[in-house]
Amino acid sequence: MADGTSVPVGVITTAPRAAAPRGTMKRIARQKSTIAFMLCLPLIVLICGFVIYPAFYALFLSMLNKKMTAFVGLGNFAFLLKRHTFQLVIFQSCLFAVTAVVAKALLGFVIAHLMHNIPGKHQKIWRGLLLVPWVIPLALSTLTWWWMFDPSYSAFNWILNQFGFANVPWLGVGWIARACTIVVNVWFGTPFFMIMYLAALKSVPEALYEAASIDGAGARQKLLFVTLPMMRNIIAITVLFSLIVTFADFDIVRILTAGGPQDMTHVFATYAFQVGIQSGDIPLGAADSLFMFPILAFAAFFVLRGVTQRTKDIAA
Amino acid sequence: MSAQLEKPRAPTVPGLSPAGAVAGRSAGGTAAAGTPSSRAAVYHTSLHRQRQWALWGSYAALGVFVIMFLMPPFYTLMTSLKSSAEISAQTGSPWLVKHPTLDNFWYLITYPNFQTYYLNSVMITIVTVSVSMIISVLAAFSLARMGFWGSNILSTGVFLTYLIPPSLLFIPLFQIVGSIGLINSVWCLVLLYPTLAVPFCTWIMIGYFSSIPRELDEAALIDGASYMQILLKIFIPVAMPGIIAATIFAFTVAWGAFLYPLAYLYTSNQMVLTVGIISDLIRGDVFQWGKIMAACLLASLPPIVIYAFLMDYYVAGLTAGATKG
Repeated sequence: MADGTSVPVGVITTAPRAAAPRGTMKRIARQKSTIAFMLCLPLIVLICGFVIYPAFYALFLSMLNKKMTAFVGLGNFAFLLKRHTFQLVIFQSCLFAVTAVVAKALLGFVIAHLMHNIPGKHQKIWRGLLLVPWVIPLALSTLTWWWMFDPSYSAFNWILNQFGFANVPWLGVGWIARACTIVVNVWFGTPFFMIMYLAALKSVPEALYEAASIDGAGARQKLLFVTLPMMRNIIAITVLFSLIVTFADFDIVRILTAGGPQDMTHVFATYAFQVGIQSGDIPLGAADSLFMFPILAFAAFFVLRGVTQRTKDIAA
Repeated sequence: MSAQLEKPRAPTVPGLSPAGAVAGRSAGGTAAAGTPSSRAAVYHTSLHRQRQWALWGSYAALGVFVIMFLMPPFYTLMTSLKSSAEISAQTGSPWLVKHPTLDNFWYLITYPNFQTYYLNSVMITIVTVSVSMIISVLAAFSLARMGFWGSNILSTGVFLTYLIPPSLLFIPLFQIVGSIGLINSVWCLVLLYPTLAVPFCTWIMIGYFSSIPRELDEAALIDGASYMQILLKIFIPVAMPGIIAATIFAFTVAWGAFLYPLAYLYTSNQMVLTVGIISDLIRGDVFQWGKIMAACLLASLPPIVIYAFLMDYYVAGLTAGATKG
């Protein structure tokens, strides 16, 4: 068929197209975009039905009273803001997300550099080992952490006891529990930063480092003036993306502490679950979830800008 | 850094002295880099030794990180091999197992509820992955190659949808799932998981499809291929690495999701692994840790096996996801 001499008899659809007069070019173009639209239709239906519609529905729900019989306007939002528990939720969500993302970014950066130092043929096995936390479903690995944080006979307290320290009530005291949730999130999320940064490090041309060496730059200067500027975009995208995921995290807090002690570890997602699903106050839960939206939109805007920028850079 | 400064001897390495001279001239901008003379004086052997030290240092630091990161999985394994008696005895190191036994695993394998969870998880994952891949490959082909009015906006919209976390919309979805009568039915997950998987899969497939040279599909068009034939015979085989990456992503989402099943399923015959383990093996204050840990291990096995073999594809796809578009 491809030799150009035989007539493609078997391909019925193209036969009239080949013989068509020039006036039908428009029709073909229209046909093409119709097919294109049809191919996208499942995606559009999915997004409209289960993302856009629920988003507007959430707005509607959040303005109803608890029994969903009357319209209360912004009453739920005002009620939440005045509530002490919710103020704790806002504080803890921000603390959790910011601390965890900064720690993940720093650790990931360090590990990526260490990984970049060792020869390529050994990298694969080390990378594989370090990615294990990220591969195990988070809900399941958090169970292990819960068991390790167990107050009576736990992995960590045993080690502390060996060194002569007293037991620590890991998940029983507010600030320690907050730190624990952050540690688990860092443990889970660092490998993601590591692979993103490692990929970025590999894409920095070696010639730049050579040029910097010739100009007399030390290791610190190479890092500040070559590596960081070259990685800036990837760092920004990864941090913002992780900020979204961490801010909206549910699994860790739900399993580890379920919001306790004294609601000190609740984040938006777990509080929405407790209020909306467990206590059955759907409108209040919806309102609680929607509080996440501004910061998510903010981060999403910059992620999108970074990705578009990067695509342009690569194309250029 | 410290090894660099050791014993500045005479500049005997000819290759390094011009570099020192250049450094000397541009020293204004690089004052912190140490004096040029000491840099030029570094012996080749000491540079080599310095690299060697850096290498061993990197290995040592990585070793520490690996130990830290693998501590919980190791503890999972150890606990899963212990009998309930050994766990409740609370003597000796909890990090080691004295009388390893496979009882926990055997109990779970023969436990009907656990079998149900596993089967549900497998079933839901297979359906989700298939549905997600069909939707996203079709859409990505259309968005990357064919285009229609508004297709650029749709691409951007797809990426933004990927950034929406499940915890933002689970409450309205609870109402929606309830209104279509799928609450406490494992099939509601088949409707909802694709919303988490499809956007990213579409996004990386757009990237992979866009990188295929246009000449390929133009040649096929001239030869009389239909769009479906181009997709099936050219795009899918050429973009196979991307398809593998997207499939793994969809699998990860469907296998590990926790919030949706926790919120929408409540009887044990409808549950999947992530919530089944928690609700079934934890009864009030009784924690059967040996069994819970064994269940975690069994449930983590499929992702670990898949990643062990296909990690490279996934990492390539993931890093491309942030760069291509």
